[in-house]
Amino acid sequence: MSVGSGVPVIEGRKLAKSFRGPGKQLVQALDDVSFAVMPGTLTALVGPDGAGKTTLIRLMAGLMIADAGELTVLGFDVKGDPQAIQDRIGYMPQRFGLYEDLSVQENLDLYADMHGVSAQDRRARYPMLMEMTALGPFTRRLAGKLSGGMKQKLGLACTLVRAPDLLLLDEPTVGVDPLSRRELWDIVSRLVREEGVPVLLSTAYLDEAARCEHVMVLHQGKLLSQGPPSAVSGLADGRVFDVQSDGGEPARELQARLLDEPDVLDASPEAGRVRIVRREGAPEDPGAGSAGLRFSPVPARFEDGFMVLLQPNAGQAGPAKDDAADMKLEHPPAADAGQPVIEVDKVVKRFGDFVAVDQISFQIRRGEIFGLLGPNGAGKTTTFRMLCGLLRPTSGGLKIAGADLKRSPASARQKIGYVAQKFSLYAQLSVAENLDFFASAYGLYGARRRQRIDWAMAQFQLGPIANQLGGQLPGGYKQRLATAAALLHEPDILFLDEATSGADPLARREFWRRITALAQQGVTVIVTTHFMVEAEYCDRIAILDSGRVLAQGSPAEIRARGATASNAQPTMEDAFIAVIEAARAPSPNERAA
Amino acid sequence: MTAVPPSPLAAKARRVAALIRKEGWQIVRDPSSFAIGVVLPLMLILLFGYAMSLDVKHVPIAVVLEDPSAQGREIAASFQLSSYFNTRVTRSMAEAQEEMLSGEIDGIVRVPADFARRVAQGDGQVQLIVNGIDGNTARIVEAYAAAAVAQSGARLDAEGQDDSASGGQATVESQLWFNSANDSRYFLVPGLIVLIITLIGAFMTSMVVAREWERGTFEALFVTPVRTDEILLGKTVPYFLLGLGGMLLSMAAAKFMFHVPIRGSLTALMGVSMLYLLVSVATGLLISSSLKSQFLSSQVTLLVTFMPALMLSGFIYDLRSVPLAIRLISYLVPARYYVILLQTLFLAGDVWSVIWPNALILAVVAVVLLALTRRATRKSLG
Repeated sequence: MSVGSGVPVIEGRKLAKSFRGPGKQLVQALDDVSFAVMPGTLTALVGPDGAGKTTLIRLMAGLMIADAGELTVLGFDVKGDPQAIQDRIGYMPQRFGLYEDLSVQENLDLYADMHGVSAQDRRARYPMLMEMTALGPFTRRLAGKLSGGMKQKLGLACTLVRAPDLLLLDEPTVGVDPLSRRELWDIVSRLVREEGVPVLLSTAYLDEAARCEHVMVLHQGKLLSQGPPSAVSGLADGRVFDVQSDGGEPARELQARLLDEPDVLDASPEAGRVRIVRREGAPEDPGAGSAGLRFSPVPARFEDGFMVLLQPNAGQAGPAKDDAADMKLEHPPAADAGQPVIEVDKVVKRFGDFVAVDQISFQIRRGEIFGLLGPNGAGKTTTFRMLCGLLRPTSGGLKIAGADLKRSPASARQKIGYVAQKFSLYAQLSVAENLDFFASAYGLYGARRRQRIDWAMAQFQLGPIANQLGGQLPGGYKQRLATAAALLHEPDILFLDEATSGADPLARREFWRRITALAQQGVTVIVTTHFMVEAEYCDRIAILDSGRVLAQGSPAEIRARGATASNAQPTMEDAFIAVIEAARAPSPNERAA
Repeated sequence: MTAVPPSPLAAKARRVAALIRKEGWQIVRDPSSFAIGVVLPLMLILLFGYAMSLDVKHVPIAVVLEDPSAQGREIAASFQLSSYFNTRVTRSMAEAQEEMLSGEIDGIVRVPADFARRVAQGDGQVQLIVNGIDGNTARIVEAYAAAAVAQSGARLDAEGQDDSASGGQATVESQLWFNSANDSRYFLVPGLIVLIITLIGAFMTSMVVAREWERGTFEALFVTPVRTDEILLGKTVPYFLLGLGGMLLSMAAAKFMFHVPIRGSLTALMGVSMLYLLVSVATGLLISSSLKSQFLSSQVTLLVTFMPALMLSGFIYDLRSVPLAIRLISYLVPARYYVILLQTLFLAGDVWSVIWPNALILAVVAVVLLALTRRATRKSLG
């Protein structure tokens, strides 16, 4: 394997591609993109949602033709002979089209037949794929009955039924829990290392990009940077600090405060402290004027450089971050902070013989941000649905804001706001119409309704886009609209179900700034997320697996459980994986489903 | 990897076989394909074969016998003997009228008090009142009643009890002619075969290609050595075979359940049916490939194949009696040619002067549709 030498496996010159949007307007998905991918390398294509990643990968796979520019893959011109490329590469689309009514084995066989893999080669290849993906015990299971992570692994196995000359993976880890994510990464890095297959993958996870040899940063159809990850992290060199409060100020509040500082470009809570990236040209001494704070310089990471790279474009991605911080509730929930608002007592939920939730108990206090983490199929969604009054627990006690959910789910639901994983507002309605509809759905009318809609428009800066259709909003705005709609009826409790999945880092930062502001005013927030870094914003976390609570406590307490001799300062992700693996250890195959 | 690479043709054949096998598994495992492919044809056969027969039997009527003479009783008896009526004899017109109003009976035959006397004068009249809500049934009842009355007249003649043989009964011949069309199944069942083939061929295919687009299964499949024509073949063959099964099922039902005669040759019947099946499958594929949405293409397919096959093929409505504009449109409906072929082959025989031109039209349509489908399907996402 020779990195960065030889003829490029993929070479693009001045590529452009545009689409007609839903309103017939032209959307420039790719604009003047030139790049080269070298043989034997692992290349990451990073960028927020809608940056053009999928379009670029589809161009490489010969599934689309560029409007302008030249693209050669494995020496073939994509425009002239897409089939020659399709004969040779492996491609895993974002939503891999597994045949759900076919078994794992039948899916593999189909792709082996498509690629003309001989019976003899299959005998050698299949055991290796099964070992790699740990799908061996499930070959007869229908693909539709696999968990999200297992589906992704099967999709990958299908593209690997024969050794491809090039592997293209479109967001292979999106919506996948940290455990499956780590397994997928092991497979991919083995391929590059041992078989020398060049791999190009797109991802929204910046830590994944940092693990690649070559990174291309795509933003709004333009290639902002390409090179080794260090080229990007280098942009933030000398500007990254670890900030600690002497007064014991909670990391989340400190983060919110620092983010509002004019010198600070980015701030995020991490391990009980706050990591900041300072703006270019900020005064030499970071600690000047901030008493009681200790600043220690730390090496820049890919993510820090990425924020520096994207910041000049921040104006388009969202409003200035201070606006998010100014978020004010009209009637903050009654100030009995510290009282439990959600009490879950030995709750069990069975579906037939299957125990989805097994005797879970926890309490959430007013104004807390509570994180519910767990791998796919751990019982998070079931728990969420019970808390929202959409599912009745089989047994156990469930109280929301003092009301027993079993007896009066309707009155409890009045106190709840819900932001779903997928954009669940009406794509055909404008922003104003969506808010209007949800206000009526919550039973608001007359002057009160007008007042609430005005509040939402003002607090979420939706005024300038009031007449745009919901479906045409950029990702960050969609999320903002969904949150605004969920807050119209002034709920005491806000549920966020993977609300930031696939969102760009800037939008996520702004989103969390608002959530922090809400919690400070007494709103109780419950979140699920696959971004372990977001768990750092929580006051407390519970880790679920197989329907049971495996660990519960503050982020610092949870993180401590991941500490090993070799890793004294584990990340939240390390801790998460350690907790799950410790619980699964006795019979890994049994619970893998 | 492989020591001896297989020839391109063998590799092609293997891919097509794999796609057909895959489609087969999906048909077997997806309850909705089973419902459309097997349950629906069976239901249609039973529904059209039994319930939707255009014949009328066991109509409840009352005979109001105001004249208890031999002539009057003879009329009542001829109704009682007929299997078309469930007859109740009463003496009170008021009672019968009440039953008619309450819907217990569909007709009243009133034999007036002076019936015997007027028959003797050559002017015997029976009053017939029919519930006209269902016009079709009413006309049939009317005709049967007239026939029943005529029969009684004929019997009286034969017995020589009536010297004025020119009895005042309704025209007999035309009613008897109508009566002989006794089995409307003779033309309903061939029509049914058209519907079933249309349903399986077009309707199912229209769902299965769009399903691949909707579920994103095509995207991964496209980036393999598979060629467009192989994908199309992999879709055509399984549904063609499934349609063949439905076709044989309905032909067997025609022959053994409804005893429709098959006067033409079985070979010709199979040949033209396969042609029409191919037309249907190609229509479904074309719609599906163009629209890429299951809901949309199933609706469009219903609209452009099933409904015309039902309404404009000459299966239910005689195309000679429809307005000219509609008749012209009906020439665009492939089902029309197939209905002609089926009616000929079932009821008339191997009339080659009818078979050749109609079969040729179907063949041309099939080829054109397949060519259009080939053009509409590209390994591209736009």
